[in-house]
Amino acid sequence: MDVVSQLQRQFVDYSASLYREGYVDDQFNQLQQLKDESNPDFVVEVATLFFDDSGKLVNKMADALEQPSVDFKLIDSHVHQLKGSSSSVGAARVKNVCITFRNFCEAQNREGCLICLQQVNHECSILKNKLQTLFRLEQQITAAGGSIPMH
Amino acid sequence: MESCNCIEPQWPADELLMKYQYISDFFIALAYFSIPLELIYFVKKSAVFPYRWVLVQFGAFIVLCGATHLINLWTFSMHSRTVAIVMTTAKVLTAVVSCATALMLVHIIPDLLSVKTRELFLKNKAAELDREMGLIRTQEETGRHVRMLTHEIRSTLDRHTILKTTLVELGRTLSLEECALWMPTRTGLELQLSYTLRQQNPVGYTVPIQLPVINQVFSSNRAVKISPNCPVARLRPLAGKYMPGEVVAVRVPLLHLSNFQINDWPELSTKRYALMVLMLPSDSARQWHVHELELVEVVADQVAVALSHAAILEESMRARDLLMEQNIALDLARREAETAIRARNDFLAVMNHEMRTPMHAIIALSSLLQETELTPEQRLMVETILKSSNLLATLINDVLDLSRLEDGSLQLQIGTFNLHAVFREVLNLIKPIASVKKLLVALNLSPDLPEYAVGDEKRLMQTLLNVVGNAVKFTKEGNISITAFVAKSESLRDARAPDFFPVPSENHFYLRVQVKDSGSGISPQDTPKLFTKFAQNQTMATRNSGGSGLGLAICKRFVNLMEGHIWIESEGLGKGCTAIFIVKLGIPEHSNESKLSFMPKLPGHGQTNFPGLKVLVMDDNSVSRSVTKGLLVHLGCDVMTVSSSEECLRVISQEHKVVFMDVCVPGIDGYEVAVHIHEKFTRRHERPLIVALTGNTDKVTKENCMRVGMDGVILKPISLEKMRSVLLDLLEHRVLFEAI
Repeated sequence: MDVVSQLQRQFVDYSASLYREGYVDDQFNQLQQLKDESNPDFVVEVATLFFDDSGKLVNKMADALEQPSVDFKLIDSHVHQLKGSSSSVGAARVKNVCITFRNFCEAQNREGCLICLQQVNHECSILKNKLQTLFRLEQQITAAGGSIPMH
Repeated sequence: MESCNCIEPQWPADELLMKYQYISDFFIALAYFSIPLELIYFVKKSAVFPYRWVLVQFGAFIVLCGATHLINLWTFSMHSRTVAIVMTTAKVLTAVVSCATALMLVHIIPDLLSVKTRELFLKNKAAELDREMGLIRTQEETGRHVRMLTHEIRSTLDRHTILKTTLVELGRTLSLEECALWMPTRTGLELQLSYTLRQQNPVGYTVPIQLPVINQVFSSNRAVKISPNCPVARLRPLAGKYMPGEVVAVRVPLLHLSNFQINDWPELSTKRYALMVLMLPSDSARQWHVHELELVEVVADQVAVALSHAAILEESMRARDLLMEQNIALDLARREAETAIRARNDFLAVMNHEMRTPMHAIIALSSLLQETELTPEQRLMVETILKSSNLLATLINDVLDLSRLEDGSLQLQIGTFNLHAVFREVLNLIKPIASVKKLLVALNLSPDLPEYAVGDEKRLMQTLLNVVGNAVKFTKEGNISITAFVAKSESLRDARAPDFFPVPSENHFYLRVQVKDSGSGISPQDTPKLFTKFAQNQTMATRNSGGSGLGLAICKRFVNLMEGHIWIESEGLGKGCTAIFIVKLGIPEHSNESKLSFMPKLPGHGQTNFPGLKVLVMDDNSVSRSVTKGLLVHLGCDVMTVSSSEECLRVISQEHKVVFMDVCVPGIDGYEVAVHIHEKFTRRHERPLIVALTGNTDKVTKENCMRVGMDGVILKPISLEKMRSVLLDLLEHRVLFEAI
């Protein structure tokens, strides 16, 4: 019992910090609410999907930026995709970077794009780690027989 | 000489005289012998002679007489005694026979004489019979003529032909000089010469009908001899040296259809007659015979019958023509009505869509405008625009609903719902307005009212809201009470609804709702107009109530659809009024209660599920796609996802109720997909609702979405609550143009 409540407290604190620091926004909370008996791993699935997708997109963008003549339109469409995905998941920081990224694409600023790309990559990895921690906590709580506290 | 015993003749033998005697006796004998021979010969020849034995007797008598005279021949000279004896014997015999004959002739001669008289009598008789037979033959011929005449007359149904034929045939049969028909004029005061036999075109002679001779003819049904000098008979100027032939007139009854009653034969009392005048030739000394008069009478009757037949035929032909004309007119009217209805339906179908689209554009854009920075005056203006356009939208919806109701194309959406909740909601909706007007609203649900019922919840609420709304509208002060209970059989029959015969049954009950207000009331003469659409009560109109006049009409249609009745009672102006309606609702079975899902109109009333709602999600971003899918699955929908527009168009079917599409999908523009969907599903109720998911909230995107006929726009990311309310709104109104 103690373990469970301790874990739960940890979970709540960690989760609150994620929100506080702006890594995730309310959308992530919405996703959490979608968890029910029929779909217990919804959030995990979506998050995994997001990270796969973002990884692919980042690689594509990197390739595009390597080209001698950069196809900004293509990059812009990728960024758009990433922005969409991140906003769906609630990855707030990633989304913000994407917005800046798009501006640079419109301005056809290759340097700016590169910087943004790196930033995106960076943010994605941080978020990935954080979410993995969160999910591990969740698993521990469920394994210990407790219930995940709602935000 | 003395010894020969001869007898000497009496007198001396005078030679000459004796010679003469001798010769005479001889001839007498000869004659006497030949007479019986002749007699016998001729009698044998004749077939009938009843007195044979008389003949025999007579023959004997004559023969004997002859024998006597013959024997006498011998007595002129000396003759012997034998001769004398023979002579004597002969004479004696002759005497006997002749006496006998004489005696018998006394008996026979009267007989013979009477034969003669009988013969005479028979001859007379024969002559008489001959005469009579002649008469009969004439009559028979007359009869034949009549038949032939009748046949001629009856073979045609044309009036003129009948009359002409009559005159011609009569003239021929009776060898008339002239035959004329006088018909009564329209006024009935005169007789006009209509047809004659010899003259082709009779000039319109008229005689007044009240002449004594005419009255005489009309008063009897026999043919009457009239004077050739009377006006009806004087058709030609008198000419020739002969006396004009005898004239006979007979009446011809003109029977009308109305004269024939079913049970009794027509009485010839009220009659119009025509006059038929027949004139014998003036140069013959003929007279009218009885059989000819009879012929004329019979013909006159036949003509009457034939004329009435012709009249009947004319009537029926006229009626048939009239009917045909009416048929054509009706057909034309029907086709025009059908065209009009079709035109109206087409018009409505077009207007339905055309009117709603700009309406919603106005509402959506005004509400968007509200969200922007506005000065207070601008805000007021925008709010007014919004209110007015909402009203207009409601009016349009009402009109279109009503026309759908009238078409009969509206169908109730039956479902199980919470009856008590309906009343509570109406109460909640009406409470704000009522409290502003400081009206007390009381709801009284009877305890035997079931909590759940089966029916069209939405329309019931609409009806209830309308009725209660009216009560609130027209009450300045006081209170409003709403009572609802289950109607029992006695209370179901109402004097005001004489043709409403509700029959409660096992699975149904009748809900009776009474809304009583203490408002201005309605005068009794206005009560029937209340449910007529667009008919505004004068006093109501001046109040600027804002009603369109359609509300009650629609309520009545809904109530009728629910097999019920609605009416308003009011004791008069200023005495308030009570609106009462009874509708038929079903009783849900127990097992249904557990499966109930409530669908409250106001958000935040609990879980909302859309069980089994088939939805299609089109998004090329896998993350977004799965998030959206997760949202919808959580709400209970049956979600199918596609990642490209081609796939979307391939997969989409009538089963999908909503399509969520990301409008930033590369490849085919999301807008084009919407257009394609519109093309694929032409009927509005078959088409899935199209909702655009976009990250852009700018005007351009919204305009584009509206332009291609999307039903809604949602800003990504969308929260669970938002999605829930979006689906609610969508499914209820089939349109949603709130972006955020």
